[in-house]
Amino acid sequence: MRAPQPRRPSDGDAAPVEAVAPLPPVATASPVAGRARRSWIGVARPLTRRRYGALTLLSFLLPLGLWAAVSYLPFLWHPLVEVTNPGDVAWMEPGMRVPRAAFSEEVAAAQGTASPEGRPANPVYLPAPHEVAVAFWTALTAPPPQRDTIWLPASLWHSIQIIVWGFTISSVVGVPLGVLCGAQPTIARLTEPVIEFVRYLPAPAFGALMVAILGIYDGPKIAIIVIGTFFQQVLVIANTTRRVDPLLVEAALTMGSRNLRLIRRVIVPAVLPQIYRDQRILLGWAWTYLIVAELIGTSSGITFFITQQARYQHFDNVYAAILVIGLVGIATDIALALIGRRLFPYVMGEA
Amino acid sequence: MSAPAAIALPVEACDYRTQCEPVRARFERLKARDVALRVEGLGKVFRNAEGAETVALRGIDLVTHRREFLCVVGPSGCGKSTFVRILAGLETKSSGTVSVGGVPVSGPGADRGMVFQGYTLFPWLTVKRNVAFGLEENGESRHVAEREAAQWLALIGLERFADAYPHQLSGGMKQRVAIARALAMRPRILLMDEPFSALDTQSRARMQAYLIEIWRKIDITIVFITHDLDEAVTLADRILVLKAHPGEVEELIEVPVPRPRHPGQSLTPEFRATRARLDALIHPSEAEADGPADLGGLDMVTRMASVGDEVE
Ligand SMILES: Nc1ncnc2c1ncn2[C@@H]1O[C@H](COP(=O)(O)OP(=O)(O)OP(=O)(O)O)[C@@H](O)[C@H]1O
Ligand SMILES: [Mg+2]
Repeated sequence: MRAPQPRRPSDGDAAPVEAVAPLPPVATASPVAGRARRSWIGVARPLTRRRYGALTLLSFLLPLGLWAAVSYLPFLWHPLVEVTNPGDVAWMEPGMRVPRAAFSEEVAAAQGTASPEGRPANPVYLPAPHEVAVAFWTALTAPPPQRDTIWLPASLWHSIQIIVWGFTISSVVGVPLGVLCGAQPTIARLTEPVIEFVRYLPAPAFGALMVAILGIYDGPKIAIIVIGTFFQQVLVIANTTRRVDPLLVEAALTMGSRNLRLIRRVIVPAVLPQIYRDQRILLGWAWTYLIVAELIGTSSGITFFITQQARYQHFDNVYAAILVIGLVGIATDIALALIGRRLFPYVMGEA
Repeated sequence: MSAPAAIALPVEACDYRTQCEPVRARFERLKARDVALRVEGLGKVFRNAEGAETVALRGIDLVTHRREFLCVVGPSGCGKSTFVRILAGLETKSSGTVSVGGVPVSGPGADRGMVFQGYTLFPWLTVKRNVAFGLEENGESRHVAEREAAQWLALIGLERFADAYPHQLSGGMKQRVAIARALAMRPRILLMDEPFSALDTQSRARMQAYLIEIWRKIDITIVFITHDLDEAVTLADRILVLKAHPGEVEELIEVPVPRPRHPGQSLTPEFRATRARLDALIHPSEAEADGPADLGGLDMVTRMASVGDEVE
């Protein structure tokens, strides 16, 4: 409700003082005409299909282009020189990467003797795109060259199992508890403060403890994923549940819904599309805990693959593995988004 | 504070309290029926976090009889929604008693259906399952509930949309389904809080006709909140006028317009007298709340257009 407007001109601000004059004055400022400025920010409208696709492609191509430029244009960065022919320099070998300054020093010092030859190179930890592409393909298709190394698909499959177990266990408890907290303030106050506290404890800190309790194999890894996901999950789901349209709940109350039936038949369906979206985001978090989890106990899975390859300085394989994680993640998310659209046809404008 | 004495009624209009013979007979029949809703000394005080108190309702007394159509009007913020929410059991009362069919109200119950101002159909259920919802909640099997829901949909003329989802319906259709959903539980009282205020004028007139049609056909008492005074006079047997700060009963008007009602009646003297009375009761306070009533006060608006370039 609006407050009553001041009637007396004297207690308004400056303008009403002139209002007692028989003809109110014309405001002197000239109209703000002809300044049609375009605004880039406004109510976001959906892009056209073509532009949507093109921009999506571009968002991948831009970083890829940057990477290619740094890799293939010799004048960009390239702080090292890869020796192709050591000449008479005793300490050089073909394939060796030496700092540019050290190399030119040797070239200057090679008076009379054969000077070394080489070409500009990037550090070994930045392989060129095509090297990674080749490594990616080989890692996925060819069996491992040495007996003791593990195959990328096998390690990936192991990692996926860890994630699925961890996330499922966390969700089986976390989602119902979150919904309960969101629907019932007393339960929420009783559980949320301690959860709020625990979620700030870094999950990896529990690593040693989990190994002591659950052994060195997959148990502690799954536990770390659960610890990393569960507490966030309860809070996120509770907050989502709290945003249920109160009118829907009241309508259900007037029709006789009570307690668990009210939760099951009204509150959960009402927020299910949002809970589903939350779960997609939480699954992404579970992936980020994977790397830490897999270093605990006997390392395994994709992390073992990565650390092993890094130790051999096969950085192309490292990037290939990272790429695989990214691809699996995004593929899962796209698949879940498509399924979500099927499950909740009545939700408009949700991805 | 009683109503100001100097209310100028239109000269040609009859007094809104004089009833022609059929209307009086109708009211006598109405009052002979059982009491559907009894409200005594109802009060509601809201306390905010700092402990400040708002008296939303004070000392409301009201008796309605079975199959009465009661409208509640009043200025914005006078506690209409609070009143109907207390009747529905969605809000606690601070004092007084409310009983429906002789049973004191404590919490929501199946004897009172409610239709809200906003759209409250469950978006994840089809129209038919929305209507069946209350029956299922009260222990009917899904099969029986859906068969009964189909009958209600036939009554409101939406059987073609039984398998549509709410977002596929227009606003008027949604409210019709909401009415059917509330009625399907066979409540004694149907509570409606500005159910048609989101609709355009034409749909609203159609919905009023639908509602009256439904009310004639089934045994239901309706408590209908509105801020549209014409709507109140068109629909109601009696109109409860509330005043704001605190919300108290200003007057309980027996509408002298004969039934069955039709649009042409809005020009009859009874209708206009009732309407004038409602205007007189409600508008003074609104003018006070929303700014100066006499246009002389508008001179304080700084002139932004050239002199000589007048529009009036
Ligand atoms: N939950 C609440 N907490 C505190 N004050 C409230 C609450 N609900 C309503 N009020 C106050 O009670 C008074 C009556 O509110 P109510 O919503 O019942 O009015 P109304 O007649 O329905 O108004 P409108 O015509 O705008 O719908 C108002 O002054 C409002 O500020
Ligand atoms: Mg209201």
